[in-house]
Amino acid sequence: MATTAVAFDPSRAWRKARSVALRPEPFGALVYHFGNRKLSFLKSKPLVAVVEALADHPDAVATLVACGVPESQWPAYERALADLARSQMIEERTPVPPTTRRLAAGPCTEAENA
Amino acid sequence: MTTVERPVGGRLIDQFEYGLDAPICLTWELTYACNLACVHCLSSSGRRDPRELSTAEAEAVIDELQRMQVFYVNVGGGEPTVRPDFWHLLDYAVGHDVGVKFSTNGIKLDKARARQLAATDYVDVQISLDGATAQVNDRVRGAGSFATATRALENLAEAGMKDFKVSVVVTRENAGQLDDFKALTDRYGAQLRITRLRPSGRGADVWDQLHPTQQQQRELYQWLLAHGDGVLTGDSFFHLSAFGEALPGLNLCGAGRVVCLIDPVGDVYACPFAIHENFLAGNVRDEGGFQRVWRSSELFADLRSPQTGGACTQCGHFDACRGGCMAAKFFTGLPLDGPDPECVQGYGEAALAARDGSAVPPRSPLDHSHTRPVRGQPTLLGMPALPPAKICDESPLSGLELR
Amino acid sequence: MPDTPQPDTAVVEPAPAAEELVIEESLVEEVSIDGMCGVY
Repeated sequence: MATTAVAFDPSRAWRKARSVALRPEPFGALVYHFGNRKLSFLKSKPLVAVVEALADHPDAVATLVACGVPESQWPAYERALADLARSQMIEERTPVPPTTRRLAAGPCTEAENA
Repeated sequence: MTTVERPVGGRLIDQFEYGLDAPICLTWELTYACNLACVHCLSSSGRRDPRELSTAEAEAVIDELQRMQVFYVNVGGGEPTVRPDFWHLLDYAVGHDVGVKFSTNGIKLDKARARQLAATDYVDVQISLDGATAQVNDRVRGAGSFATATRALENLAEAGMKDFKVSVVVTRENAGQLDDFKALTDRYGAQLRITRLRPSGRGADVWDQLHPTQQQQRELYQWLLAHGDGVLTGDSFFHLSAFGEALPGLNLCGAGRVVCLIDPVGDVYACPFAIHENFLAGNVRDEGGFQRVWRSSELFADLRSPQTGGACTQCGHFDACRGGCMAAKFFTGLPLDGPDPECVQGYGEAALAARDGSAVPPRSPLDHSHTRPVRGQPTLLGMPALPPAKICDESPLSGLELR
Repeated sequence: MPDTPQPDTAVVEPAPAAEELVIEESLVEEVSIDGMCGVY
């Protein structure tokens, strides 16, 4: 099936897609794409925090780090992000040039409150 | 608000008994007024109710839906486009982050409106049609209704509208036309949606005559498995999953859990097929508005708790069909913790036969049906048909009784 | 922690949990917006 979705590369810069509405729920969130009409259910608050924070970090891995996701869980999170990329819930953004400077966005606080 | 432990993870449906902060989508009937008098109308529509929500009250509902971040709302009726403020409310919803899909018989979708819709994001259109030919359709929806619907489809196609749908209620009379429906929608570039007939509203009067036979249900199921890609069903045939392989969808009743109905006077029901006081959760005009009803009504709390399947839990297919449709059981006088009247294993037929012959199935006193025949009256019940409104009639509301 | 692993995949198949799957539970479940009964 032809799709404009890009295969998920965690070393690239991502963000929640602009046509997407994300509604927090007690169990995580519901995400609806107004363009392709797909609806996804995010099953954990930390995952929701990661999705919301993607735009603030140079790549997905940095986002996982900033949100305090344990490395042992990274494969599961990357699989989830790949699913979201496939359904176009997240999209690539113009890559940010690499920099050694500390980013303005600090640790992801939503994960702490999850 | 509550400290009840929710399961972490699991399937979405496992979360339903703990409630969602907002419906995933909901149906909003804007008016009981309608230019048609379809024999099976689930909302017994025809005449406007004088207590209808005002424009300001409707805007307040939209404001609430925006606050609750409802993704989109299915607007219907009656015929929603006969409300003078319909187009204003459409714009208002879209302008307040609430997507709209509206269901219509097409009466107002002239070329100009079609062009307007084609240029509007976040709005979907669904045209109702119950026959792939005028002969089959008009018996149920009235003389001229097929022409009205197809004219609307032409206008939408010509205007470059994307993703518009044709919604068909499957009946004994059209169940053999599924391929023809697909061909029809392909011709207009529309998407086909088929849904289940329930014995709701006026549907109760014609259900015995119109609901598909067991054989037709089996054929429908096979057809969906073979051709269902790209055909929407609104998960309304989940009771057919007991034939074997489950159909796509959540495969359970969404009433009060993921969906609900707001009716033209602001009453909130568990489901558009359950317009009856037993399924009335509250009113948007009450203190706390729609949000309070959705989150705190007793009825919805009840529906969100685990349901007893009763005798059905003994059946090996229970996991697939979950006992079927609550509204179908209720309006045929069957117990809710028993089989669906159209149970594909045959338990429904047995249950119907075992009903107390003297008991009358529940019926809502709410009936907004036209009290006189309208132009283009359906002929299924043998009533004489008045000629349909002529194309050259100035008012597209010819034959429409208001109040 | 849930004591029975649910057989979930990223695209929801609504078949009941009759059998256990080897794959780990996914954090995302895709649901059809059209696939919920109670809307007409």
